Amino acid sequence: MASTVRGNRWIRNLNSKIAALPMVITTMVVFVGGTIWTVVYSFTNSKLLPREEFVGFAQYERLWSNSRWLQSIENLAVYGIFALIFTIVVGFVLAVLMDQKIRYEDAFRTIMLYPFALSFIVTGLVWQWILNPEFGLQSIVRSMGWDNFVFDPLYNPDIVMYGLLIAGLWQGTGFIMCIMLAGLRGIDEDIWKATRVDGIPTWKTYIVVIIPMMRPVFITVLVLVTAGIIKLYDLVVAQTSGGPGLASQVPAMYVYDYLFTAQNLGQGLAASTMMLVSVLVVLIPWAYLEFGGKKHG
Amino acid sequence: MTKSIEVSNSIEVRDLTLNFGATSVLKNMNLNVAEGEFIVLLGPSGCGKSTLLNCLAGLLDITDGQIWIKGQNVTWAEPSDRGIGMVFQSYALYPQMTVRGNMSFGLKNAKVPAAEIVKRVARAAEILQIEPLLDRKPAALSGGQRQRVAIGRALVRDVDVFLFDEPLSNLDAKLRSELRVEIKRLHNRLKNTMVYVTHDQIEALTLADRIAVMRGGIIQQLAAPQEIYNRPSNLFVAGFIGSPSMNFFHGATTEGGMVFESGGNKLSLDGYDGGAVGAREEAILGLRPEHLEIVDAAIPGKTLPATVEIDEPMGADSLVWLRVGDVPVSVRVPVEDRPEHGREVHLKVEISKASVFDSGSEQRI
Amino acid sequence: MGDATAAMSGPSGAKPRRRLSGRNIMVYGILIVMCMYYILPLWVMVMTSLKGMPEIRLGNIFAPPVEITFQPWVKAWSEACTGLNCDGLSRGFWNSVQILIPSVFLSIAVASVNGYALVNWRFKGSDLFFTILIFGSFIPYQVMLYPIVILLREMGLYGGLWGLVLVHTVFGMPILTLLFRNYFSSIPEELFKAARVDGAGFWGIYFRIMMPMSLPIFVVAMILQVTGIWNDFLFGVVFTKPDVYPMTVQLNNIVNSVQGVKEYNVNMAATMLTGLVPLVIYFISGKLFVRGIAAGAVKG
Repeated sequence: MASTVRGNRWIRNLNSKIAALPMVITTMVVFVGGTIWTVVYSFTNSKLLPREEFVGFAQYERLWSNSRWLQSIENLAVYGIFALIFTIVVGFVLAVLMDQKIRYEDAFRTIMLYPFALSFIVTGLVWQWILNPEFGLQSIVRSMGWDNFVFDPLYNPDIVMYGLLIAGLWQGTGFIMCIMLAGLRGIDEDIWKATRVDGIPTWKTYIVVIIPMMRPVFITVLVLVTAGIIKLYDLVVAQTSGGPGLASQVPAMYVYDYLFTAQNLGQGLAASTMMLVSVLVVLIPWAYLEFGGKKHG
Repeated sequence: MTKSIEVSNSIEVRDLTLNFGATSVLKNMNLNVAEGEFIVLLGPSGCGKSTLLNCLAGLLDITDGQIWIKGQNVTWAEPSDRGIGMVFQSYALYPQMTVRGNMSFGLKNAKVPAAEIVKRVARAAEILQIEPLLDRKPAALSGGQRQRVAIGRALVRDVDVFLFDEPLSNLDAKLRSELRVEIKRLHNRLKNTMVYVTHDQIEALTLADRIAVMRGGIIQQLAAPQEIYNRPSNLFVAGFIGSPSMNFFHGATTEGGMVFESGGNKLSLDGYDGGAVGAREEAILGLRPEHLEIVDAAIPGKTLPATVEIDEPMGADSLVWLRVGDVPVSVRVPVEDRPEHGREVHLKVEISKASVFDSGSEQRI
Repeated sequence: MGDATAAMSGPSGAKPRRRLSGRNIMVYGILIVMCMYYILPLWVMVMTSLKGMPEIRLGNIFAPPVEITFQPWVKAWSEACTGLNCDGLSRGFWNSVQILIPSVFLSIAVASVNGYALVNWRFKGSDLFFTILIFGSFIPYQVMLYPIVILLREMGLYGGLWGLVLVHTVFGMPILTLLFRNYFSSIPEELFKAARVDGAGFWGIYFRIMMPMSLPIFVVAMILQVTGIWNDFLFGVVFTKPDVYPMTVQLNNIVNSVQGVKEYNVNMAATMLTGLVPLVIYFISGKLFVRGIAAGAVKG
């Protein structure tokens, strides 16, 4: 029963440190290192290969004067605003309806959630087909008598983002509904009993009592949906390939093209840095609210 | 590392200090536990009693000091190499293993031969009367049975030191008193050294050879249960031990320390067992509820005037709450002697059982 | 007489309930309409994939096929062209399987050990790494794409299956580590202490105590990873070469290829085929799937 010597700080917990090595490498090399690399090289005029030729903010000036980038930002803003509003409203309303002690709840949930199991590629391709003006929705409505009915979002630059929105909402709202429903179920039954005794109508209880109590759930949803919107890429590739023209270009697509096909690394890296900044704008206030407040409060 | 020669001490804690970051959890602690002794670590939550036990077990790395078990310096040793067995509050049985599997897991890790494992498990199961349960999973056991298995797991290790971390806290009152007796019986039979953490003073008073009352990472008093009960070394120990708590009177000692004066009442300290008290401007007199007696007439220097407020009958006894001036006082009386509410009475003080504390240091005089 | 008894007795027994109250009609009405929106694409996909092209040109995409044909499925599986290869989606399917199995295994192994170390064997800085890991999961992938290309090229893994496996392991790590960390921290710490007193070490406790106790969470992690990796497009297209493209990438290339006549029935069959794996997982796993994605929701 000789006592093992383990005075050395490094040898202590050695197995744990070895086991955590992949995590350490991932965080330090890929997440931190990769991000720093990208930010640094966004200030160079790298073309096909990375070069340490620093040009200050030249890439950013070029980026913000590029009409394709500006169009991408505008598209994403339109998509983002509507996606946020609709996802949260539809998700919440569906969750409230599901919470009315309905029959066949499992069946309803299964139906609403299955699109979330599918990829954005599959989603985009299906909706591309449904929104096909020659055979899809438009032609069916016309065949029912409305000869002048027009709904061709994938061919009309003005409304193409709404075509994507329909598909995006189809894929994601069921998931948000599930989170909201979990939030609703997490609320103490006694709150409901108290409002019944007080004679507060159900709809009013939701607005005055339940929604404020679900604030953390709403914030989580907000962060999740926003992070998803900024990453929007696969769906556009599958459904519209960014067209017609540049009408459905998004920032992620711009980054990909400049990094891997246009051979203009510096420009692609500057664009991806802007994406990072936009995420930080959302993330930092949220992290502050979630974690910063708790430590003091 | 020098080998210790004195084997009479089963556990020796020398100048043990434990810091978590900037907060100091255990402060320069010394504790010697004799061979075969039953020590209870008692204190309110957060006093460091479980932390100390975890340090003894090697589950926490200490900041400074040494821990010796059976003459070996185990300060840096792995928990399994310390010659200890441990029983936890939540039983901590491995849910996927049978009772037998739970009890033999440690032995298998220690590469004990299979035949020996069978023998030891059988013996422990016999001692604890859990033979019929050996092939069940923990989920199929009641709380009391689970705790027996947890004790069995410590038993099969054939070690001299048992560590109990609030083992009865998760059980209901009836089972708790049953298992308490059983642990005492086990100790009588095995004569192991046992270190037992609890916040329940009944467990402490009934089980312990010596109790270590802890607060703020410091042992306040380490003594036999009767000693702790009758002569608490400071105000904290006095207030913590005993239910209902000791009655305290704030006042002064006058006439050269022969009289305790509080709110115009005088009590003679003649017969106080702490020796000469001396004159103090501020002192605290502590009296347990059973050391006060309700009488009709005042006896100068031996009684305090009081008014009866309410009483709480508890079967054989009744706890009577009175007021002496502004101070609420409880007195234990036989249930048939309960006085009427609102009556003016006198409380006769048994000064030989009292404790006097210095107001500043809070130490017993 | 009738009035009198009514007045005497008043309401008694169970309160009558109206099945078809206005409220119920509204609740079920909205839910059913929404369900039609969710079901419609699946319906259209299946129906289109079972029709011949002439029927598609004439008819209505919502109508069931007059004449059922499985030809589009056969063609999508074994004949559809991407670029010069005309061996169908089967190639992508097998590529995806080859990527999926090691990725799922490796990512879960790494993440579960991480979670275990973070809960039971904390060391200085371990929580810091975890925090970076979680925040890292919010960084847009686009930011890290090129640095990873360089890293993989240096390691000689760029363009192949194993490079992609590594990428999936890295990007699956935040959510899976969180999942395992949360699960392991719900296991009483005393159990871990008991095992240490019993002489089990880092790996002994992991394999013999923690793992057997956590099978449900391993299943949840598997569901999460299988669907996530199967559905990935971006990493597949960036980190692999055309002959090792995963199914999802190949599907997009088949359907969105500009050459040739569009065969919508084959396209929908191909889409269905690609969606089948996650759909099967989804329908089999039921509540566990919900649990998995809900775990993904409580990041941070």
